[in-house]
Amino acid sequence: MPVSIASFVCGLIFGIGLLISGMTQPDKVLGFLDIFGAWDATLAFVMAGAVAVSSFGFAFARRRPSPLFAAKLNWPRRDDIDASLIGGAALFGVGWGLVGLCPGPALVNLAGLSVPVVVFVAAMGAGMLSYDQWRERRDPSHTDYDAVTARADR
Amino acid sequence: MHNFTPLSGLLGGALIGLATALLMVLTGRIAGISGIFGGLLSLKASDRGWRLAFVAGLLAAPLLAALGGASLPMPAMPANLAVVAIGGLLVGVGTRMSGGCTSGHGVCGTARLSTRSITATAIFMVVAIGTVAIVRHGFGA
Repeated sequence: MPVSIASFVCGLIFGIGLLISGMTQPDKVLGFLDIFGAWDATLAFVMAGAVAVSSFGFAFARRRPSPLFAAKLNWPRRDDIDASLIGGAALFGVGWGLVGLCPGPALVNLAGLSVPVVVFVAAMGAGMLSYDQWRERRDPSHTDYDAVTARADR
Repeated sequence: MHNFTPLSGLLGGALIGLATALLMVLTGRIAGISGIFGGLLSLKASDRGWRLAFVAGLLAAPLLAALGGASLPMPAMPANLAVVAIGGLLVGVGTRMSGGCTSGHGVCGTARLSTRSITATAIFMVVAIGTVAIVRHGFGA
């Protein structure tokens, strides 16, 4: 229960941050990505603010023996660069550049239930599920497809 | 420069960073949205509880803002529904394939100084900038 409450509160803070930063507005995101047009540098400030606070928080987490509500810290284990990383990041870049939404802002926008956002999130979910299914069929022993949200506890 | 809002950008970014820090300090998890959402959809997932709670928190943010008088987010889309669907599909496949998105690789991975995440972030930024250049200015088309 404490883990669920903490996760909810973190999601809420994350979502408020996305709303305040402008990341939930595709126009604003595309304005940042459009370096050959009327460039809007705001998102560089969003990234800088987020990475700065995150770095301090992670350094603090590392100094503690364990997280408050769990047995241990689940840091991602992989740090190699493979074809999936490069190809996947490139595919994500095309999708992000076409629509101006990445997963977090898409989910926050889902609360408005506008048709295009529902379509985007449904397609995104279908893409995630199909990739996982395909990966699983190719290599049933493979469990580490989720390298960022590492499942070191499995 | 157009619509430049550095202060709200920094403040919003700091809150995003705070959320990633709190999730790690409290639950030991990385706040990577594609990982959290993808894992929630995954047929094999055994740890759906915290993932569902985090996503509920994301959805609660605009609802809370609406209680404070803001309108619910109905963002104007830059493209028609077919392109939106293709974009969503590419974002879904790409983030699962590379194991992260703007939050997991871009924020958390960069904060951890992970070579893997910094590489992914550089690639998706450059490709997204290239995509916008082609769509808006027709470079190379």
